[in-house]
Amino acid sequence: MTDNLQPGSPDKEPASEEQAAQVTLGNTEQAEAATTPTAPHKRPTLGRLFLENLWAANTFTVTLLSLVLAMVVGAVLMIISDPKVLATYAYITARPSDAINASWTLVSEAYANLFKGSVFDPGATTLTAALSPISETLTYTAPLVFTGLSVALAFRGGLFNIGAQGQAIMGVVLAALAGFLLPLPYGLHLLVAVLAGALGGAVWGFIPGILKARTGAHEVINTIMLNYIAVYFLTWLIVQNGVQDPNRTDAISRPVDASAQLPRLFGEPLRAHAGILLAVLVTWAVAWLLNRSTLGFELRAVGANPDAARTAGISVTRTYVLVMVFAGALAGLGGSQMVLGTTAAALTPLVIAQIGFDGILVALLGRVKPWGVAMAALLFGALQAGGNRMQSYSGISLELVTVLQALIVIFIAAPALVKAIFQLRAARAARLQTSLAKGW
Amino acid sequence: MEPGEIHALLGENGAGKSTLMNVLYGLYQPDEGEILVDGKPLKLRGPSDAIAAGIGMVHQHFMLVPVFTVTENVMLGAEQVRGGIAGFLDRRRARREVAEVSERYNLRVDPDAMIEDLPVGVQQRVEIVKALTRDVDLLILDEPTAVLTPQETEDLLAVMRSLKAAGKSIVFITHKLGEVKAIADRITVIRRGKTVGTASPQASRDELAALMVGRTVRLTVDKTPATPGEPVLEVAGLVVDDDRQVRAVDGVDLTVRAGEVLGIAGVQGNGQTELIEAIMGLRPLLAGTVTLDGQRVDGWSTKKVLRAGVGYVPEDRSVDGLVKEFSVAENLVLDIYDRPPFGRGLSIRPDAIARSAKERIEQFDVRTSSAHAPVGTLSGGNQQKVIVARELSRPLKLFIAAQPTRGVDVGSIEFIHSRIIRERDVGTAVLVVSSELDEVIGLADRIAVMYRGRIIGIVGPETPREEIGLLMAGITPDPAGDAPATEGSDSATADVIPGGAATTDADEISSETATTDRAVTATTDGDTVSGGSTATTDRDVAATTDGVASGSEEPGSKDEKA
Amino acid sequence: MAVPDVAVAAVDEGYWTRTRKVGLVLLALGLLATVLFGALATGEQARFTLSEDAAGAALEINGTVGAILFGLITLAAGAAMLARLPKRWFIPMLAVGLVAFVLSFLCWQVSAAPTGQNFMPLVNIVRGTFLLALPLIFGSLAGVLCERSGVVNVAIEGQLLMGAFSGALFGSISGSVWVGLVAAAIGGSFISLLLAVFSIKYLVDQVVMGIVLNLLALGITGFLYERLMQTDAARYNSAPRFSNWEIPLLSDIPVLGPALFRGNIFLYLALLLVLVTHIALFRTRWGLRTRSVGEHPTAADTLGVKVLGLRYRNVILAGAIAGIGGASYTLALFSFTKNMIGGKGFIALAALIFGRWSPTGALLAALFFGFADQLATYLGAINSVIPGQFLAMLPYLATILAVAGLVGRVRAPAADGKPYIKG
Repeated sequence: MTDNLQPGSPDKEPASEEQAAQVTLGNTEQAEAATTPTAPHKRPTLGRLFLENLWAANTFTVTLLSLVLAMVVGAVLMIISDPKVLATYAYITARPSDAINASWTLVSEAYANLFKGSVFDPGATTLTAALSPISETLTYTAPLVFTGLSVALAFRGGLFNIGAQGQAIMGVVLAALAGFLLPLPYGLHLLVAVLAGALGGAVWGFIPGILKARTGAHEVINTIMLNYIAVYFLTWLIVQNGVQDPNRTDAISRPVDASAQLPRLFGEPLRAHAGILLAVLVTWAVAWLLNRSTLGFELRAVGANPDAARTAGISVTRTYVLVMVFAGALAGLGGSQMVLGTTAAALTPLVIAQIGFDGILVALLGRVKPWGVAMAALLFGALQAGGNRMQSYSGISLELVTVLQALIVIFIAAPALVKAIFQLRAARAARLQTSLAKGW
Repeated sequence: MEPGEIHALLGENGAGKSTLMNVLYGLYQPDEGEILVDGKPLKLRGPSDAIAAGIGMVHQHFMLVPVFTVTENVMLGAEQVRGGIAGFLDRRRARREVAEVSERYNLRVDPDAMIEDLPVGVQQRVEIVKALTRDVDLLILDEPTAVLTPQETEDLLAVMRSLKAAGKSIVFITHKLGEVKAIADRITVIRRGKTVGTASPQASRDELAALMVGRTVRLTVDKTPATPGEPVLEVAGLVVDDDRQVRAVDGVDLTVRAGEVLGIAGVQGNGQTELIEAIMGLRPLLAGTVTLDGQRVDGWSTKKVLRAGVGYVPEDRSVDGLVKEFSVAENLVLDIYDRPPFGRGLSIRPDAIARSAKERIEQFDVRTSSAHAPVGTLSGGNQQKVIVARELSRPLKLFIAAQPTRGVDVGSIEFIHSRIIRERDVGTAVLVVSSELDEVIGLADRIAVMYRGRIIGIVGPETPREEIGLLMAGITPDPAGDAPATEGSDSATADVIPGGAATTDADEISSETATTDRAVTATTDGDTVSGGSTATTDRDVAATTDGVASGSEEPGSKDEKA
Repeated sequence: MAVPDVAVAAVDEGYWTRTRKVGLVLLALGLLATVLFGALATGEQARFTLSEDAAGAALEINGTVGAILFGLITLAAGAAMLARLPKRWFIPMLAVGLVAFVLSFLCWQVSAAPTGQNFMPLVNIVRGTFLLALPLIFGSLAGVLCERSGVVNVAIEGQLLMGAFSGALFGSISGSVWVGLVAAAIGGSFISLLLAVFSIKYLVDQVVMGIVLNLLALGITGFLYERLMQTDAARYNSAPRFSNWEIPLLSDIPVLGPALFRGNIFLYLALLLVLVTHIALFRTRWGLRTRSVGEHPTAADTLGVKVLGLRYRNVILAGAIAGIGGASYTLALFSFTKNMIGGKGFIALAALIFGRWSPTGALLAALFFGFADQLATYLGAINSVIPGQFLAMLPYLATILAVAGLVGRVRAPAADGKPYIKG
């Protein structure tokens, strides 16, 4: 419970009737206390308890049901956008089985491909083919872990880092520059490139941090603005002499030297690379930082109650700056994966895709806890990898994955809604308190 | 309530005055009882019902939009419009109305001024204009003078008189005796949510104060005479502004010696908060010095002040004292998490923190399910014990406790008090700030009374409480005396016909002066230390014992008769 | 651009007044213009033609002379500010200084352009400015409506995109621009409705919700684009377009006439909406209540204003406006493509903030940003040494400076982003 995100002062507690009963910390405690005594007279079996808990609105159940809800909406989108299937609905009263069959075939095939592309393909004959979905999933997961952690760390420090995208861009820029400009030996080169990526992000995080600490300028606005400044910087940089690939006329940079590339995990055709190991390491490091370090203690105190932190002698402004620097460095590391890993070897205007914005969703889905974020990144990575297969095999475009991701987060952000839809019991872990609600 | 009557609702902080009036204005729903207007029961579902019934309210925290003009604020919710569906505001008409009302009751409000540019007193008059343009018959003023300067208070009382002359009824909520006597036709005293008596304004201050504060059970704080040593904290000429850049502390001099408790009494909002925050390095000093053990500490960071051996219990535990989401254990090390044995280098030692938490929880009798429970799940008293435990767990030179027992149960109060005295007895200088007079009297060896940013008197704890109560209301017993006396005499001047403070209520004041001369000393005089063996104080212990010795108890106190 | 460096330098002198700080910035800009632009400008005539090409009447000045002259004007404005200028002169003087700086810059650029291209067609520039500003105007108006009533609208991008998409889709299916226009408004308000429900009823953080809704809109429109519009463009992505309406008399005004009064319905609608919103916000009962709800909802509530109802209404209305803004692409200029708004929603957000949450301010900010955008295109065409990307950064930089209080204080409505909870 200590890990819950919560606004600093009690007057911000949600009070819509449904939520007040469920979301407020004190209330859930009481609700639980109230329900516990009634349990004994029913003499529950272990299995029954398990089922009851499963159907309680705890974090896991809400997440799972959000996924289910999102997939249902996704299925509806698939059906209404398929003229052939839609045609069967024209005579649904005459032959409902047609409509149902056609819809089922379409949806089940698509989601099967989503699974086959991300987890395991039963039809795989070689080891490589069997490992391929996992490898793809891990490839997409790695950068999301970093950007997710970036957003989560800032969130825990009471700041909303919408700027992971821009920080990742600055990270990828510096990592790439270090990757093809510096003539360094194997190993060292990679290390320098990775650190350069972190540095790029850190600088981009420092700016909103210092502005917040010094002038009180809202970090949400500034990070959004810096995202776009980073984009334009990248598109400008790519076409400069010495950066642009001399053999190309379009906007692409020279490729990163082999000595600065992250080694592959499963050998050549499979794309999974050491970035995922780094991601696990960094997740551990962030978990340590948050829970076991003095800085983490300060950060959490400032995030939860800046007034009390200040009264206890913690420098709130210093903490804000440090939080943003660390968050930026994490996002920068995430960005550096995009050129040092196997996704791309050179800078292009869209080299980092949406990893920064996805990081926001990942952080929220992971309840802003480090390992939760890693798990959420894994889910998003899997959706991405599976989405690729779904696109090529079922012709369901990759955007559906974006829709699913957004929907999942919308549902988990409003647990009261999920609870109402599925008639869940209230349970103590049922709160994702996203309402930092600070305004500008 | 009669038409054209000013009815004062008198009571201490937290006595339930504001809650009652919020019910009357439809903001809260009553659990029981009913409201009668013109003999008919009235059901208020919201403020609009109250307005329709002719009830207007000026809230303690003004309900004005700061970036709107006076006219816009007055119009809001009852706009005069032209142009049919488009609903263009008829500003001219509204402006005229504001000017008219302002003129009629002599409110002197500029219809075009921006609210945020206006001083508090004028903002309050805007609130009154707002109510008057809605044709209210009954106007509720919730602690209207709490935020006003003496001059503004006087203006307000004049306005109330002219409203009364116009036949409006006024409910005037306050805890300031002087104002009540100056203006009220009838007085109802409320304590702990119950009416404890009604009085006429002719009742003496002593009578009113007794009713208001109550005297039921005697609660004692066992303590031996203090053995004051060297001065530990010296504050000289301190000047501090509050958040709105208004002068809150205006030249305070204080000395706290090792082994004594200096209590600061005073009505909330007279600069106590800002004074303490300035000492702690939480608020910038505009002038003056703070010296700790001979060393200047003004300008130091809070961390440095704390590390220099100052313990601090902030007045609002949920805002400044605790991180509610943190566990009890974490809150117990909130200001020493980076010091051995809790922090080493960059890391914190959760085992050391947990171990020490277990000890503290036992020592300070904190009732919690575990050391890892979020502190927000604890009761108020136990939360407060967590803070006290934290601050008393390291060697201190100075211990500052602001409102140490606010919202805390009786058992915890006793415990916290005994710890404070124990801290004094080991030779720590202790500074206690409380708006509970009983608490200050019980704990302190010397009592400094703060009024409008100044210390207007330092007295011994054996001084009669009514007398300290008068000091808290800004009335110094020595009318011809020094600067603080004239500064603090606004309540007295309120009922003054031009002629000067000395003539006002002459008999009453002079009689009190006679009884208090021995104990009251000048501000700078620091050696009036209590010599009593066991100081005993009056404490009204919760509602359980309420009514034992109180005055006429009126049943159905929620009824308002018009 | 030298703006940030100079501004940061100025901020270090904390004891300076705002006027002086800005004066110092102007002084530095003026110096930069006089020395650098003056030196780099060529002796070619810089021609600002009052037409769409090199032909016709033109304002002309020698490049070097112009760059130095306008640079000196900026210098003078800066110096005046340093010398304790009366307060009422602050804004005019700032405007003079900045405009002169831009002119100096243009003199340099135009005169240094390749031979034969030493002209700047003003009609093109003005028209382009308005065209590029169009979605920004709609978007920032949507932001004004939302945020003035206390709901942060980061979802402008999504609302624009959804509007563009549904405008194109239903316009194509029905073959009617008007159906498309209505559909666009509904599409935009659909995203808005989600924002309203989740942030007002379920109290989800408004910024989080905005970000997620942007992604949702991106996903849904992208998905349906591939499934429907890609496969059968003729049926689903060939919406009819509004033609240009020439306004008699007004269209004959030099420069402004051809640039402004031969536009399409969206241009007129945008300008009209700015006017209507401005009047409604500051002159009507609805506006007074809206602003009170965004500033101090508790006060509004004690006076009988229905806080939540008003917020719902305004947020949904805002979505409709943004939706129409999206349609200004698909029902007038292009057919729908994936992610066609491409960040315009966020510039609209910047315009809203830079314009200090007022309709007219937002319009001016949108035009400024549109001008920067148009200038970038122009400079690209004349092979300028100034990279277009840096001009494209200008809106964002300007907003950061504004928020940090370097270019005057901007203040959001006090209750912006805070859910209102009764009791």
